[in-house]
Amino acid sequence: MRAKVYVTLKPGVHDPAGKAVVGGLNHLGFDEVKGVRIGKFFEIELDEGPDAEARLKAMCEKLLANTVIERYRVEIA
Amino acid sequence: MNRRVAVVTFPGSNCDADARHAVALHGMEAVPVWHKDSSLGKVDAVILPGGFSYGDYLRCGAIARFSPVMQDVVRFAESGGPVLGICNGFQVLCEAGLVPGVLLRNSKLKFLCQDVTLHMEGRDTPFTRNGGADIRIPIAHMEGHWYADDDTLARVEGEGQVVFRYAGGAPNGATRDVAGVCNARGNVVGLMPHPERYVEASVGGTDGKVVFERLVEVLS
Repeated sequence: MRAKVYVTLKPGVHDPAGKAVVGGLNHLGFDEVKGVRIGKFFEIELDEGPDAEARLKAMCEKLLANTVIERYRVEIA
Repeated sequence: MNRRVAVVTFPGSNCDADARHAVALHGMEAVPVWHKDSSLGKVDAVILPGGFSYGDYLRCGAIARFSPVMQDVVRFAESGGPVLGICNGFQVLCEAGLVPGVLLRNSKLKFLCQDVTLHMEGRDTPFTRNGGADIRIPIAHMEGHWYADDDTLARVEGEGQVVFRYAGGAPNGATRDVAGVCNARGNVVGLMPHPERYVEASVGGTDGKVVFERLVEVLS
């Protein structure tokens, strides 16, 4: 089976790289862009199991996200 | 008696030799420990050195914290043993939850390599002392912007866990100009600047010696 994991910065956490992308997009004429927050996207292939979702959440808590600054969302395809 | 200080080498560590040199220069025995070792052996203190463990993949320090030897580092820290994390070592300590907060990308998105002046403050630790003279030592990092949420920040400040602060503002954007913090118990310290690089006048300065001299004092 395949799962998708999205890891994004919590609100309020400084994202200078996102800010630089706003500047870049504005520079290209996309003046409507007011904010960008950069996150991470994981495609995970794993064996099927009854507790796959719980195990994916554990993966996020333990490694994929640092929950001090990030939140995560798991989608199972 | 000779005091033994473990210096852990992860794949990508590049300040481990400097750390061992600084330890030996202060009359202690530097014990090299490989990240795959299951035990630190019998040591009196541990240093996690700077570098780019595991290429900084995923997040700085995120993979290194699961290295086999880290279990014993956590056990040693929880038993009250002195642990110092420098630069990438600080990032590993944050990821392992041994010191509070996290290190974000520098606010100006530039790698910073320069000397900085630090206030030593907060509680006494095996590596720092409240009221010590300001020191001037180098930083060399891309992810040194220390950050903690408001509750954690209030607790850390209230308990005197900020042990190093950038004098005259943090070049990396760190919250409250924090350069180094300790855990609640005060035996684990992490800092972004590199005391081990300034222990001899011939390589730029000797202000980093106070960190190692303090450890000698505490262990004797």
